[in-house]
Amino acid sequence: MIAELIAATLKIALVLGTISLVVAYLTYLERKIIGHIQMRMGPMRVGWHGLLQPIADGLKLFLKEDIIPSKADRIVFVIAPIMVLMPAFVVYSVLPFDENFYITQVNVGLFLVLAVSSLGVFGIVMAGWASNSKYSLLGALRSAAQMLSYEIFLGFSLIGPLMLAGSLNLQNIVVAQGEVWFVFYQPLAFIVFFIAALAETNRIPFDLPEAETELVAGFHTEYSGMKFAFFFLAEYANIMAVSTVGIAVFFGGWNGIDGIPLPGFVWYLLKLGAFIFVFIWIRATLPRYRYDQLMRVGWKFMFPLAIANIFLTGLMKFLFL
Amino acid sequence: MELPFFYLFSAGIIGASLLMVTRSNVIHAALLLVLTFIFLAGVYILAGAEFLAMVQVLLYAGGIMVLYLFSIMFMNVEVSVRLRQFHRQSFFAMIAAAVLAVEIWMVLARGSAYPAYKGFAWPVGATPGNVEALGATLYTKYLFPFEVASILLLAAMIGAIVLAKRSIDR
Repeated sequence: MIAELIAATLKIALVLGTISLVVAYLTYLERKIIGHIQMRMGPMRVGWHGLLQPIADGLKLFLKEDIIPSKADRIVFVIAPIMVLMPAFVVYSVLPFDENFYITQVNVGLFLVLAVSSLGVFGIVMAGWASNSKYSLLGALRSAAQMLSYEIFLGFSLIGPLMLAGSLNLQNIVVAQGEVWFVFYQPLAFIVFFIAALAETNRIPFDLPEAETELVAGFHTEYSGMKFAFFFLAEYANIMAVSTVGIAVFFGGWNGIDGIPLPGFVWYLLKLGAFIFVFIWIRATLPRYRYDQLMRVGWKFMFPLAIANIFLTGLMKFLFL
Repeated sequence: MELPFFYLFSAGIIGASLLMVTRSNVIHAALLLVLTFIFLAGVYILAGAEFLAMVQVLLYAGGIMVLYLFSIMFMNVEVSVRLRQFHRQSFFAMIAAAVLAVEIWMVLARGSAYPAYKGFAWPVGATPGNVEALGATLYTKYLFPFEVASILLLAAMIGAIVLAKRSIDR
């Protein structure tokens, strides 16, 4: 009993520690990749090729003055960044990293990921409202509408693969892809999933809640210091989490390609790297959607597509399996 | 192992909902309601109903409450922060509370006749196939009520669209 508890605590500490460190270096990776895409060098000054830049940034944010606006709602203002970060970390409790390495597995795993990540929007809404600023409130309102809409497509796009796997447990879903990855059976679902994932993580082309040029960074305009850092930490933690879900449901999790003997964990990391690169690549390539376009794309295009995919999957399953 | 968590979640539900009804700030009240829902989901998990717990978080906390906050923020924010707390309805409220208390007492009294429900001994139906069992029951034994509920929701949806459309056309 106590040995189990200690083992579980160690595992959680390991996963959370790794995520926090990796997230810091994701900011570096993002700046470097975008820099090179735009024919710049990216950060170069701190350490070799700017390798220590994330640590310098972290120190800077940590030592910065923590400002709470005098007209802000103090309690909600302080809780909001925590409320953004917490769901982003909690979802890792059921994500599969390797055949034998996961924090826990529950029989509603995928559903738990969806439910917990849907709580993240509260942090954003709370931050926007508590700041008592027009721009922040507008960012929060946009965010609420956007995340509410795209959560639905995200959930619906996962139903097709779930029907094939016959389980909500993420470990079982990965095991079910031992032969063929679900992305080959469910390309439509994957496209919907990926677009919804971009919107859920507030990335370009769906970064309307932040929208630097029109909302002055939206919901976190009034935040500074560590609280500001929390929003960024949560954004990158969410990108990794949603990528891991995508890998587990569509790209066979830790399953590798036959004939190339690599440990499962390495396969997972390779796929994660590819996913994150695509996220950053898209940010460097695409412009931002207008708000009404975002809603139209969501409800008039993605929603019917996701439902058609469920219908087709059911039909195929009925006819051929 | 489960009992301390049950007390923790119950205390959370009671505390958060008490705070919720005493706030004058609507947004605080809405956020506390979210907290209540999350604690309630915890109790569902202890009762072996993981699927229901996740639905509780996803639909009520993550969906409906976001809509609530959304509409509160769209209304006049300054007014919604300072609302009147008492509407001189305490007499009717007391009657309603008394009726509900009697009802709860009756449920508890009847429940204690069954051995599994005595005290706080929750019936732990934590078989691994919780979700499968729910789906199978819903689509076989309770198919008709399920379909009736879907049609009701569909009608509500169409009604909402018609009402919204009318105000746009005008």
